[in-house]
Amino acid sequence: MAHESTDAARTLTFEIFRFNPEQPEVEPHLQSFELDETPYMTLFLALNRIREEQDPSLQFDFACRSAVCGSCGMLVNGRPRLACNTLTRDLPDVIRLHPLPAFQLIGDLSVDTGVWFREMHRRVESWVHERAPFDPEAPEERMDDELAQAIYEGERCIECGCCVAGCGVANVNPRFVGAAGMNRIARFMTDPRDARSDEDWFDVVSTEDGVFGCVGLMACHDVCPKGLPLLEVYAYLRRRMLGAGLSRGGSNELLQIEAA
Amino acid sequence: MEKLHATDVLVIGGGLAGERCAIEAAAAGLDVVLLSVVPPRRSHSCAAQGGMQAALGNCVKAEGDDPTLHFLDTVRGSDWGADQEVARIFADEAPVAVRELAHWGVPWTRVRPGRNTYFVKGEKVEIEESEANAGLIMHRNFGGTAKWRACYASAGTGHAVLYAVDGEVVRLGIDVRERVEATALIHDAGRCWGAVTRCLRTGRLGAVLARATVVATGGHGRIYGQHTTNAIINEGTGTALALDTGRVPLGNMEAVQFHPTGLVPSGILVTEGCRGDGGHLLNRAGQRFMVELEPEKQELASRDVVSRHMMQQILDGHGVDSPFGPHLWLDLCHLGARHLQTKLREVSEICRDFLGIDPADEKIPVRPIQHYSMGGVRVNKDGQAYGLAGLFAVGEASCWDMHGFNRLGGNSLAETIVAGRVVGRRVAEYALAESLEVETALAGRFLSAEHKRVQGWLDRTGGGPSVYDVRDAIAETMVRRVGVFRSGPELERAVEELRQQLDRVERAALRSKAPGMNPELSFALRLRGMARLAYVTALGALARTESRGAHCRTDHPARDDVNWLNRTLAHWPEGASEPVLSYEPVGLLDLPPGDRGYGLSERIDMETSLESYNAGVEAAQRAAGSLPTAEPMGSRMRWRAWEGAPERPTPDRSE
Repeated sequence: MAHESTDAARTLTFEIFRFNPEQPEVEPHLQSFELDETPYMTLFLALNRIREEQDPSLQFDFACRSAVCGSCGMLVNGRPRLACNTLTRDLPDVIRLHPLPAFQLIGDLSVDTGVWFREMHRRVESWVHERAPFDPEAPEERMDDELAQAIYEGERCIECGCCVAGCGVANVNPRFVGAAGMNRIARFMTDPRDARSDEDWFDVVSTEDGVFGCVGLMACHDVCPKGLPLLEVYAYLRRRMLGAGLSRGGSNELLQIEAA
Repeated sequence: MEKLHATDVLVIGGGLAGERCAIEAAAAGLDVVLLSVVPPRRSHSCAAQGGMQAALGNCVKAEGDDPTLHFLDTVRGSDWGADQEVARIFADEAPVAVRELAHWGVPWTRVRPGRNTYFVKGEKVEIEESEANAGLIMHRNFGGTAKWRACYASAGTGHAVLYAVDGEVVRLGIDVRERVEATALIHDAGRCWGAVTRCLRTGRLGAVLARATVVATGGHGRIYGQHTTNAIINEGTGTALALDTGRVPLGNMEAVQFHPTGLVPSGILVTEGCRGDGGHLLNRAGQRFMVELEPEKQELASRDVVSRHMMQQILDGHGVDSPFGPHLWLDLCHLGARHLQTKLREVSEICRDFLGIDPADEKIPVRPIQHYSMGGVRVNKDGQAYGLAGLFAVGEASCWDMHGFNRLGGNSLAETIVAGRVVGRRVAEYALAESLEVETALAGRFLSAEHKRVQGWLDRTGGGPSVYDVRDAIAETMVRRVGVFRSGPELERAVEELRQQLDRVERAALRSKAPGMNPELSFALRLRGMARLAYVTALGALARTESRGAHCRTDHPARDDVNWLNRTLAHWPEGASEPVLSYEPVGLLDLPPGDRGYGLSERIDMETSLESYNAGVEAAQRAAGSLPTAEPMGSRMRWRAWEGAPERPTPDRSE
């Protein structure tokens, strides 16, 4: 950290999207603010300074400010990312901030990711479907550590919504579960504690709202702040669902030929 | 007219304690409404990194562990400030709580049979884990414990647990209201009936009436401003609401934990798991100062002890200078890139994101920073608040009180789940037994008082200070004068300064009158509560003329078990300009006060016998406002079960 230069301070220009739904007479617009850059300045620090020193009505969301809670996804110069771990030193002099698209706007930079994710969880039933009730007297079921690590890998999603905002399909189909939803599904599929079979999953996943709705732009993979391997998640799900589809047979002749 | 909503159980706060409590009530067939200022998965529980303590005893370094050792470590860690029956309930139920989470899908790290490489006290050691335990839940070392006990999922334990628990909340269909906060508790002289609510999307007020109300809003580290590891939402909202009732006391508010390893300059937490896994603390000269200062525990003494040694290093000029003030180093380089990218992955990410460094190559700048509020809403062992029936508190917002004057690492994440289960059961029993016969006019009165308070802020004009100035002034006082080291003169100044800030709150004026949720107004509505929490913290610290756990008085360095083996209670009577402090016994004593095995050894031993101390506990706590519990006092004690256990909490006695 010793090599952070404190001289050569820049003046940054922030162009921030403004709209308060409780004040509909004021049209959505961009508002400019100027701020002197300080060492290790993040967008968390910058936005709070703007609100506290220049415009106290500015709405945005932060909670942990350490890139684990997923509150602060926004478009930074057009790209979905977390604001709290974005250092201004990595950005040009002009920083344009918009709320994430695909989500309901609450005001300014604040969007309703929470409701979107809750609805997704309801639809994909994002909990372990137990094989037997919990027995408080019994020791834990064993699990190979490699498998535990693999499940944890999928568990790392922080539901910031960047993948959804960056997705061409999610922006036009509100029912599309998006990469975050797919990742969640894959996480439960890899978990042997979950009783759901591929057959059970087939109806949830193999629709245009599921894995076959993806048109393969894979912006989700590029913008994920946690670096989740979303490309692999899609490949994994499609392979599993192809298997489930083939074993189900059905009337499609090609499928039957393939299955034979 | 605003909507009045009636339910069985109202839970205020969507972190782990609140959600686990809500699950228990919902599973009992009750209707539950849960308010959360953020979507529950964004609660600060998600930021818990290193682990959750539960004595499963699954790996070699945990052999022989059991809940009694966990109980001992917890009481010693608390510097005997804990309620020992609560510590016992906690330690006994933690293993089941962890296994239940495994059942719900938490990907706990598991025991890998065969040769494993660990770092213990600065040495690389190879240990053979048995085939017999293969695949059971693994443990890592944490501070102040006799055994490796912390169950973990990389350094994202809280995140993994929260997602599993929230999944259950979704499964049960609990009515979760995101971006809604409580601004007042609706109550009469003896009973709480719910809360006035405010929507953080629209700013609209409403009310939820409930048979039972649970405060689970977490800690209040933000009274230290940015000088905390806490999320910006940890403003002690529910704690302040309980204080505002005038009937419910807060317990041990002066007991504030400073975590040794806050990142410089951002204050972001770097988990104790780093030191548990073998990380070193170094001063400017590159010395591992903890080896000499705490030969037994080294970097893994309790947090209060490590933080004091670190601050002393800095005060003695052994800190590393930086534009953000002096700091020390946390050195993880020797753990190797693979370990850092698997077991401590989130730490690597934080270092990359906020400092642009890789901890495999470079040392991490750290210094002690506010981390945890041991104090909170004083409740009995059922989680029932003192002085107001129908009000419960759970998790960091509460003073249950298993942590006393210092919480052990990994015990808070465990508390959220264990207390959530225990208190949730009591909440359910209470709600099933009690009526909801309340005059809606009562709710109306509280609602109109909140309307008036909102309008008061919007109507206030003139050049009063900004709410953010007042916040910063409070934080400045807390950091400078109510920190790791405290003294009478400094605390007197703190009290004086905070008194002024309380008055400034009443003069502060908004800069923005924007319609809707108005972030400045939202904050303003919490400001008085934060100022009051800071004030009672400083008052309690000034009054307590001893050093116990995290409360370190340089002018009263001894732990004084003659005069101060008690818990501070702070009431703020309705309409009063000043709070009232009183004291109650800490609870029944099983483990007699003694040496912790690390840290300060100076103490004034109690003169009365345990028997005579214990004989007075129940009546004194009843007099202080404790309401009847489902089971009699002491029912969960396992008297002297610890006999024969190691006298001192030494992790490596077997070596």
